[in-house]
Amino acid sequence: MGGVYLSVARGAFRRYSTYRAATLAGTVTNTVFGVILASTMLALWRARPGLGGYDAAQAVTYIWISQGLLVTVAVWGGGFQDDLQARFRSGDIAVDLYRPVDFQGWWLATDLGRAGYQLLTRGALPMLAGAALFDLVLPADPLVWAEFLLSVALAVVVSFGLRFLATLTGFWLHESEGVRAAMTVVSMFFSGMLLPLALFPGLLGDLARVLPFSAMVQLPTDVLLRRRTGTGLLALYGFQLAWGAALLAIGRAGQALAVRRVVVQGG
Amino acid sequence: MAVIEVEDVRRSFTVRTRDGRWRREKREVRAVDGLTFAVEEGECVGYIGPNGAGKSTTVKMLTGILVPSGGRLRVAGVDPAARRAELARRIGVVFGQRTTLWWDLPLRDSYELARRIYRIPDARYRANLDRCVELLGLGELLDTPVRQLSLGQRMRGDLAAALLHDPSVLYLDEPTIGLDTVSKAKVRGFLRETNRERRTTVLLTTHDLTDIEQLCGRVMVIDHGRLVLDGPLERLHEIGGSERTLVVDLAEPHPPIDLPGVRVVRTEGPRQWLAFPARQSAAPIVAAVAERHPLVDLSVREPAIEDVIARIYAGSAAVPAP
Repeated sequence: MGGVYLSVARGAFRRYSTYRAATLAGTVTNTVFGVILASTMLALWRARPGLGGYDAAQAVTYIWISQGLLVTVAVWGGGFQDDLQARFRSGDIAVDLYRPVDFQGWWLATDLGRAGYQLLTRGALPMLAGAALFDLVLPADPLVWAEFLLSVALAVVVSFGLRFLATLTGFWLHESEGVRAAMTVVSMFFSGMLLPLALFPGLLGDLARVLPFSAMVQLPTDVLLRRRTGTGLLALYGFQLAWGAALLAIGRAGQALAVRRVVVQGG
Repeated sequence: MAVIEVEDVRRSFTVRTRDGRWRREKREVRAVDGLTFAVEEGECVGYIGPNGAGKSTTVKMLTGILVPSGGRLRVAGVDPAARRAELARRIGVVFGQRTTLWWDLPLRDSYELARRIYRIPDARYRANLDRCVELLGLGELLDTPVRQLSLGQRMRGDLAAALLHDPSVLYLDEPTIGLDTVSKAKVRGFLRETNRERRTTVLLTTHDLTDIEQLCGRVMVIDHGRLVLDGPLERLHEIGGSERTLVVDLAEPHPPIDLPGVRVVRTEGPRQWLAFPARQSAAPIVAAVAERHPLVDLSVREPAIEDVIARIYAGSAAVPAP
């Protein structure tokens, strides 16, 4: 059965790779924003050195890693979400229910395939550009990179779990665009996409650290910047895994309710 | 053995309508209201009815994505709603207006995926794909991304996708909608072949009555959630009170011809249109006309199935269900 999901993921990877111009345009956008944000951070760190426990080079590196993660982890939504929303609108969602495959598993597989493609393009290319233009502090040890990739994979699962829940509201609302917009704002803020969460003061910082959004950007950058090692790293994976599993489980329950609703009440 | 068994199946929906500023009224709509029929293995049955008659609701219940409010349903021996995933492996579904194909990828990729989803053994997969490619003319399309296919090509692609796993039952919902004559003929030829050779049971929903005339030995007409007719195609004509028309060109204009069992529906100069029951032979009428009037030319027009259906829809309350 695993073969199905593997070929779904592979198909999604290939599907995204057919849009070369979009990939190129997106990569350029990420790079331009990276340059702007990195320059801003440099100015900020010149005024306040050591802010949040990062030195200036680390802060700039943080920006480039987060630019690489933005689309890979779909911090502001998208990916399978666009497809699924379109299927609600067109009614094609009924076709999905005829298939003898797991609905959530199917979409998770497509999202992992998409993330794989985008990691190689919109993740890696802006980071390479950033490394060429700025002094970044990136690890030389391949093991750290492997640890980073694992946390990125978990970040995608957490992100999928959140987006899946947002999209499921489409079964009731027919249109989950509003829910999605609200989540984009929250997600950009609490993931660490705008600023490292270490800069958030007091309660806000505490809140940001327990919400699932931190698993999407803050934690993978912590791995690559070696801010979490040893047992700290294990705890980080534990946090990502726990949120990923919890969100998938909630999504599964929501899916059962939604299918029941369609099946019993009619579409 | 009956592959599809439907016994007194009902399905109602609750519709909320606004009543004044705050109050909402709940109304129950019976989409399917006591439906009973059985389809034998290898049959090809046309399922027709006006929009909103309950066709899609029936098909949704037969595939298990809608639970009936009452009655008993069996498809290939199982209760569809209770065992939807299991049933999905044994049925094929094609919607003319929807697609199961992978939009951005070559057609071939969607078939590879179907092979994995339905766990089709390699040899069978190859044989089935070859057959579909040949009969549906898909050879050159296999490596084309689905989004670049025309509607007719995509429809053929969808048909193949629905049949790769050798389903014993095939539900088709308007498979020829929007297609040109050539594509329609290809699709119909393929379906006829599949039904005959593979003994695939087919339930075909359509508004294109040529589909029915060319493919189905049996027609079921549904209206207001009830079957108003179930029988061979010819019965449609009997029940619908079909008439054939004899068009005669006389040597010169003449008052309407008076013959028993024949009614003149129109005259235009020397041409007259004579209507008579569809079951009756045209020969004695032609002979009778020729005996009395010099005949220049003649033709016989068959009843249009559309008109028959329209009459049945219009008077469905009056037609007793068999």
